[in-house]
Amino acid sequence: MSEPNKVLATFHVNSEPHECAFAPHKTLLEVLREDLDLCGTKHGCELGECGACTVQIDGTPVLSCLYLGLDAVGKQIRTVEGLANGPTLHPLQDAFADLGAAQCGYCTPGILMAAESLLQANPSPSRDEIKQGLAGNLCRCTGYLKIFEAVELAAARMRGEDAEPSKESIYGS
Amino acid sequence: MLRLPTFTYYRPKTAAEAVRQKLAHGKDAMYVAGGTDLYPNMKRRHQTPLHVISLQDVPGLNTVEVQQDGSVAIGAMCRLSALEVHPHLLLNFGAFAHAVKEISTPLLRNMGTIGGNLLLDTRCTYYDQSHEWRESIDFCMKSKAGSICWVAPGSPRCWAVQSSDTVPVVCAMEAQVELVGPDGTRRIPASELYRDDGIQYLTKRPEELLTRLWLGAPSNWKASYVKLRRRDTFDFPVLGVGACVWTDSYGVVTKANIRLGGAGSYAIPATESEKVLVGQQLTDAVIAAAGEKAMKPARTMDNTDLDVYWRRKVAPVFVARALAACK
Amino acid sequence: MGLDESKSIPGVARPDAPWRHDAKKSELNVIGKAIRKIDARSKVSGLTKFADDLTLPRMLHMKLLRSTVAHALIKSIDVHKARAMSGVKGVLTGQDMPIPFGILPVSQDEHALCLDKVRFVGDPIVAVAALTEEQAWDACRLIEVEYELLQTIGSVHEAAATSDPRLHDYGVRGNIHRLENLEFGDLQDGFARAEHVREDTFFFEGNTHLPMEQHATLAHFDKDGKLTIWSSTQTPHYLHRALARVLHPLPAHHIRVIACPNGGGFGGKSDPFNHEIAAAKMSMLTGRPIKIALTREEVFFCHRGRHPVLMRSKMGVTKTGRITALDFQAYLDGGAYGSYGTASTFYTGALQTVTYPVENYHFRGARFFTCKAPCGPKRGHGTVQPRFAIEVQLDKIACDLGLDPAELRLQNLAPRDSLTANFLKIGSMGLGECIQKVIDGSGWKQRRGQREITADGRIRGLGLACSSYLSGAGLPIYWNGLPHSGVQLKLDRSGLVTVFCGSTDIGQGSDSVLTWIVGEVLGVDPLGIRVVTSDTDLTPVDLGSYSSRVTVMTGNAAMQAAERAREIIARGVAEHLLVPSSRLVFADARVFDSEDPQKGMSFMDAVIAAEARFGTIGTVGSYTPPKSPAKFRGGGVGPSPSYSYSAAVVEVEVDPLTGIYRVPKVWMAHDIGRALNAAVAMGQIEGSVYMGLGEAMMEEMAYRDRSHKGHRVFVHKIPSLLEYKSPSTMEMPDVVTYVVEDPDKNGPFGAKEVGQGPLLPMMPAIANAVFDAVGVRVDENPISFEKVFAALQSKKEGKDARFGPSAGADGVPQVDFGDSLKIKTPWQGGDGTAWNEPKREKKAAK
Repeated sequence: MSEPNKVLATFHVNSEPHECAFAPHKTLLEVLREDLDLCGTKHGCELGECGACTVQIDGTPVLSCLYLGLDAVGKQIRTVEGLANGPTLHPLQDAFADLGAAQCGYCTPGILMAAESLLQANPSPSRDEIKQGLAGNLCRCTGYLKIFEAVELAAARMRGEDAEPSKESIYGS
Repeated sequence: MLRLPTFTYYRPKTAAEAVRQKLAHGKDAMYVAGGTDLYPNMKRRHQTPLHVISLQDVPGLNTVEVQQDGSVAIGAMCRLSALEVHPHLLLNFGAFAHAVKEISTPLLRNMGTIGGNLLLDTRCTYYDQSHEWRESIDFCMKSKAGSICWVAPGSPRCWAVQSSDTVPVVCAMEAQVELVGPDGTRRIPASELYRDDGIQYLTKRPEELLTRLWLGAPSNWKASYVKLRRRDTFDFPVLGVGACVWTDSYGVVTKANIRLGGAGSYAIPATESEKVLVGQQLTDAVIAAAGEKAMKPARTMDNTDLDVYWRRKVAPVFVARALAACK
Repeated sequence: MGLDESKSIPGVARPDAPWRHDAKKSELNVIGKAIRKIDARSKVSGLTKFADDLTLPRMLHMKLLRSTVAHALIKSIDVHKARAMSGVKGVLTGQDMPIPFGILPVSQDEHALCLDKVRFVGDPIVAVAALTEEQAWDACRLIEVEYELLQTIGSVHEAAATSDPRLHDYGVRGNIHRLENLEFGDLQDGFARAEHVREDTFFFEGNTHLPMEQHATLAHFDKDGKLTIWSSTQTPHYLHRALARVLHPLPAHHIRVIACPNGGGFGGKSDPFNHEIAAAKMSMLTGRPIKIALTREEVFFCHRGRHPVLMRSKMGVTKTGRITALDFQAYLDGGAYGSYGTASTFYTGALQTVTYPVENYHFRGARFFTCKAPCGPKRGHGTVQPRFAIEVQLDKIACDLGLDPAELRLQNLAPRDSLTANFLKIGSMGLGECIQKVIDGSGWKQRRGQREITADGRIRGLGLACSSYLSGAGLPIYWNGLPHSGVQLKLDRSGLVTVFCGSTDIGQGSDSVLTWIVGEVLGVDPLGIRVVTSDTDLTPVDLGSYSSRVTVMTGNAAMQAAERAREIIARGVAEHLLVPSSRLVFADARVFDSEDPQKGMSFMDAVIAAEARFGTIGTVGSYTPPKSPAKFRGGGVGPSPSYSYSAAVVEVEVDPLTGIYRVPKVWMAHDIGRALNAAVAMGQIEGSVYMGLGEAMMEEMAYRDRSHKGHRVFVHKIPSLLEYKSPSTMEMPDVVTYVVEDPDKNGPFGAKEVGQGPLLPMMPAIANAVFDAVGVRVDENPISFEKVFAALQSKKEGKDARFGPSAGADGVPQVDFGDSLKIKTPWQGGDGTAWNEPKREKKAAK
């Protein structure tokens, strides 16, 4: 089978233009990882069944494995590489690091992108709203609890509260 | 990594242009809305269209238009996640909004559209597998290459399962859909869009575009949707009960529609259950009696998650719960 | 603080118990705190490089063609069309790698690509490398394989009944891979003294690890004749050995294995895999780097997950529930290859005695070959299935005797510092405190048996179960007298401490464990330590991230290396400051006089002082577990430096009309010895609760068994992330976690394992809770909704209120186990050897 002709386009990823030539049937996941060398976005099934490839398009979290690269041209794409502000981690990243919410770290980029969108829309989500918001992301390491706690901690800090993790979440009851 | 086959991609600017492109390429072309159903299928090589026609640039399909009488016209390209929080839908069409929220995951609802969900391909655990898997077991009749039905090997037909959450409830609510074809626009009852076949599960012509869903004005009816699945996210319904009950001022049922999703190749009417209700008030006893009649029409097959016999045996409980929610 | 310098001489290990297990919390600056993992920032930034994130110039992509039939001889393979396809650069078949391999020396029964036979749907046959992954996939579709079909073996019953055809030409006989028959003490006497005897049959269906990262490998055979493999493996050392074996005559020292951080392992990346070896060979063939990234479906074919095990347990107890005799049979469905199966078989018998004392114990274990993806070690390796059986059976016994299941257990705790019937040495033992914590926390005494009704008509129940697990296997997987773990430290005049170790971080935090221990001993910030791990060229051997061994074994090796470094620096500083080295304190990145804290210097200056005095500073540490008193054949599986203990109470809410239940809350207590890092330990416990919940509620390796055109179709039913169900955020219960610390003298600062043990009580606790709620027994895992419903229906019809395998003679396969190996228990005066030596009939694959 001959390879299809590539198209040349500019992607706006993490507020920076990236020009690249790519095959038009490629998903955004493939473009990010293979053409733009942004490997922070992961894949676990490529069928929309795990959430590992979650990125934001114009602020909305979507699955890059089911999103055509062509359709992302002209839109604002945000990946995990764009979460931190220079050397300063995003509050979600800080909270995930503090609580050990990233164990193997493979689902983490997708979960961070979904959680960031959740907090944009709802700065004070309840535990139930966090569960609902992250219901498209599978994690096999953490049992999700440290992730929920980290989202709550980050939300509080983003609201300007001087929040620390609870004693129970770190040392047990 | 699973990857898409190669194809030529179109983004027509009008519905008419989309229809023309589809007609021009015939079976080699497919429409795509959100892509959450088509692209996984293409990655597994269920479909390998040479031409993919995206509807995202077709104007006017992205809005929810509330009419004077409270009825609504929902554009087919509306994202599911927008519908689940739409105030008018939540207030007046709660069962529909609930069914939308029950679809898959928030990430997929951010991508998937109502049009795509209404036209969701039927599913089967013998079919929704990789190319290699089907190669090893031998391709079924729903695949291009095969002729057998694995679920019922003697069967001349395909038993793939209707798996959309919204279809049972919109059929029960007697909603209508708008189709645009080369000869213009037509509006048909939603229930007439489907037929009892796992392969040819739609009655519309291949080139016809589903452009709108019409939900009738709020009135003396109440609807509900109850879903059975393993996990409270991700999973398709293995039983999805859509119910809509019309009552008079005394609370006596004048009409009832009960549709069983995930239990056959289309949303099956539980006709006997409906009959039990008409002329009665929705008491616990009447609801239980109606539920009992739902076991027979639930044609569960061993081609979804969860045990086939169990799904059938609990159908009465789920129908009763759907009816109780219509009280 | 301060060390007793008289005992520590650089280069010489301290004698007995040097691991500071009795250190007071107030003396510790790093250990026990919630310090970020060393790799936390990388992981939350998406910068951690997993195997599939790596690329090299001129890299080719490889795909494998896998068997489409369950059992067959390969008559011919025609690859000429694939070879001729545009973009294809290399094709390999089994003949290119004819040397067999396998994780255990006794079961070298795998080939990188099948030689002449396929044994399950998914067995790899041909490897194709091309410029793109699509081309390699397309080329695979052009390959024609001609098979001669053989009878499919689909279950332990079929395997036991079928002597021919055999999947393998080794093993005991027919399709029996292993038979073990061990008898400790006097069973007859034990049962005679029992006041109550129960016999039950249980089944535990197989399930898989499902790591989020699909296995991937990058292989590069460079122009200097050296091979480098980057792979998602938990065991780079064992992969290194397998590569050296199959790629012979390539010398082992020309092979470098680098284990990338694993995107989850759980035991699923502990075997050397076909794709890893084939990628290496392909790189040698093509002279180009080769990448292979498996699809999710292929990960299901790699499997090595939980064995399906059919079990029959006959238990005799006194009126208070003391176990006088246990006769336990386990029938393991091993799948198509040996993998760790020999060890798995022993593990289904080894730890029964560690949780509660068993006075007399008879274990029979049989492992069979079947045409399924090979089973192996998954979190809790081999001990999970019998623990399910024993804990449910104990619940039934408590019921029979009218005892509180918690009291029954509390009255029958294994004593600390004791030997079990099968000569396992228990050290610290915190199970009593664990049970007390969870019954107090859950309101067990008041709430059990109350059958509260929820607002939506569900019935509440509480269930309790306990478990124990090992902190690392006492023996390596191949016989040797070498250390299990080695650590090297390099101290730089910049103040940098670099730790070199062969251990592999699979998300559990093993890289960080090294920094906490070294940081504590040397008084430096663990986040400032450089860690170089899992690179066979650069790092000393560590056996791998399996059997919960890393914290204890690697930790002890790191501690030894750090103590030696501390000793050298202390001597240098002592001479410099004219202070006795015994008075020196290492803390806050300073070394100072404990009697005059102002008198001291920075850690960097201390290193400089020492380097000036002694030359370049590097130290080593290593660890070998204590010798086990179990000297009988088979006694090598089960011994461990220490055992962790767990207790759980689980609350369920069961819908009596459908059998659907949810788990709103779990109370889990785990005796970890000592938590080296509070938050990370919590994460391991919560993760175990989660994985146990999934195993209990939904996860199973189910197969489609059909016939088609005159032959049998036998294939994995649901090899996808959608249909192989794993719990989402919506199913995860609230968990109240209790970290019980009963320091063990064999662990670094008293630490024991935490990554696996807390998984074990989940499944039986849920089964017991369902019984508490609705009065039915599900003796089969997963405890799916349908099974609860079936048991409820059965109860309604006045039949046995139970769902499970047949308790009759047909319930387990008929197998002649031969004579048992007889061992006197310690309390019979036994010395750990067998007093008879029955004839063996098994043959190893080599």
